[in-house]
Amino acid sequence: MAGKTLFQKVWDNHVVVARDDGKTLLYVDRQLLPDWQHRAFDALVEQGRTVRKPKQNFAMPDHSVPTTVTRVEEIVEDVMRIPVEELERHSKNFGVVHFDLTDDRHGIVHVVGPEQGITLPGLIVVCGDSHTSTNGALGCIAFGIGTSEVEHVLATQTIWQEMPKQMRISINGELGFGVTAKDVILAIIGEIGTAGGTGYAIEYAGSAISAMSMEGRMTMSNMTIEAGSRFGIMPPDDIAIEYVERRPYTPKGEKWDQAVAAWRALPSDEDAIFDREVSLDAAEIAPMVSWGTSPQDVVQVTDRVPDPSSESDADRRADMENALDYMGLKPGMPMTDIPVDKVFIGACTNARIEDLRAAAEVAKGRKAKVQTLVVPGSGLVKKQAEAEGLDKVFVDAGMEWRQPGCSMCCALNGDIVGPGERVAATNNRNFQGRQGPGSRTHLVSPTMAAAAAVEGRISDVRKLTGGS
Amino acid sequence: MDAFTTFKGIGIPIDIINCDTDQIIPARFLRKDRRDPEMASFLWHDLRKDPDFIFNKAPYSDGKVVVADINWGCGSSREGAVYALNANGIRAVIAPSFGDIHYNNCLKWGVLPVRLSRDDCDSLRGQLHDDPGAEIAFDLEAQTVTGPDGASYGFEIDHFDKYRMLNGLDDYGVTREYDTQFDAFEAKHKAEYDWLYGDA
Repeated sequence: MAGKTLFQKVWDNHVVVARDDGKTLLYVDRQLLPDWQHRAFDALVEQGRTVRKPKQNFAMPDHSVPTTVTRVEEIVEDVMRIPVEELERHSKNFGVVHFDLTDDRHGIVHVVGPEQGITLPGLIVVCGDSHTSTNGALGCIAFGIGTSEVEHVLATQTIWQEMPKQMRISINGELGFGVTAKDVILAIIGEIGTAGGTGYAIEYAGSAISAMSMEGRMTMSNMTIEAGSRFGIMPPDDIAIEYVERRPYTPKGEKWDQAVAAWRALPSDEDAIFDREVSLDAAEIAPMVSWGTSPQDVVQVTDRVPDPSSESDADRRADMENALDYMGLKPGMPMTDIPVDKVFIGACTNARIEDLRAAAEVAKGRKAKVQTLVVPGSGLVKKQAEAEGLDKVFVDAGMEWRQPGCSMCCALNGDIVGPGERVAATNNRNFQGRQGPGSRTHLVSPTMAAAAAVEGRISDVRKLTGGS
Repeated sequence: MDAFTTFKGIGIPIDIINCDTDQIIPARFLRKDRRDPEMASFLWHDLRKDPDFIFNKAPYSDGKVVVADINWGCGSSREGAVYALNANGIRAVIAPSFGDIHYNNCLKWGVLPVRLSRDDCDSLRGQLHDDPGAEIAFDLEAQTVTGPDGASYGFEIDHFDKYRMLNGLDDYGVTREYDTQFDAFEAKHKAEYDWLYGDA
């Protein structure tokens, strides 16, 4: 019998019911709840149901929080304040764990889950947000679900699923100077397309992943949904285990030793079978920038805006033409000739401490030429950054140091990109209107975003920081 | 949810590759109650600012079936994308491929997601453009779609999902039938994952 993948091992540990028709009822160890999922609690109340396992559910405001406030009372607009208030009210009523705005532990759910040790290897973690894939970097099955499913998990602590197909993406070799995890995942999406991972769970492997920090791995797992897959899982190795050690919800003492022993057995077996294998050479990846309105519309920063007339598929050609029209770009222009109006450094993709350190390294001693928001992913990331003086670096560079939250990524909290405005951003989606109606987004890494800020246009960060 | 057995309606061809859920319903509406009286107007809200957008034009504006291109409903998990379809009486979407989360969300709310080949979807969209107001029919029990030209196509759907849709069931009732298994599983899980159930 063939061995099992990491994903299959974790799955098998959570099967409550396996029906003959292929549907499986899975046990959910932990659920994360962002503010706008207060609607799931509303539905629960409406149905007269209750929360089956309150202490396995963790709620915190993120999407709707203006990055200028520190208390809920300061939120002026009802559409932003009400979700924050409602999430807290429901959480208290049902005994669900809740981190409010005055609690340093609050922040973007996918930053806080790993940071608090709520997300651990070997678990099943769900959340009513597609970027739940982020959490899979720790070696767990973590995936985004819809509001009805959120309500179902609240009510039953289980979810119906079908086993996805298994894909392994291997990145071998060493990343070049100035190339980050963000560039790797953008290159992968460019390679397999935004539907490439549909129906699959993706496991990342290879020497470049083994050498990558936990923060970088989370960036990659985060954007796995942009490759069409809900799951971006990575083996829990020394780096992952060291990351989770001594976090508030991480097991301690003897339980820790038991946990580590269990996690060591999780990586995919040598003879595990993957339905699809993809591999990329780390050395060939360069800093990436998106040019269109889908995350697969990416090129290397040294490239030019692509020309639709060289595309053979008629639908794809029309799609590219629409994207260029929306983005206000001409085929053939160098990417580095594109001026930007704003820069955003933050979001569940890139708002962890390592991201801020990397951006600060570029910003240090330079001045931003355009409005630049730097938004830490959690209260604790913010504190850590301030302890290291990163906030001063950003402020000295003329950038805005904000309170934690989703900020400009989802345009639900007052931080938006105006119609026709162009932003170099570290978030994960460049869809039409994603960052505000008419917004034009170029997806980049934190260092590339900082470079765009100080140059006022898309720039190759390697030229600023002395690499080739 | 409302049961789905057979359905017939005017088809709306959406010629957009990767039509993400932000296009189907912009994020600023995702916090609305699903019964919001304006929910119908949120569907393709920003795309509809273009007067030439197909859903602005009769008879497509009365359409009840979407025929899309690859990767329909990719992106955000927002269930509002399905509420907005439902609010317009749209009960079925045909596409070569769907975003996985959106596909599941459709099933939860009685919107039938049908995967056909890209060629078949291209052909159906072509017919809808050539013959505005043409209808597409669905028979879930038989797992068939019939296009304007009378050609029928079979489609795949998970057995359990089909049963739920045919009967208009939500997951909860089915899940609670397995309470005994849940209790047994939990006892086993607590033993196997003892490290997770510490004193913390």
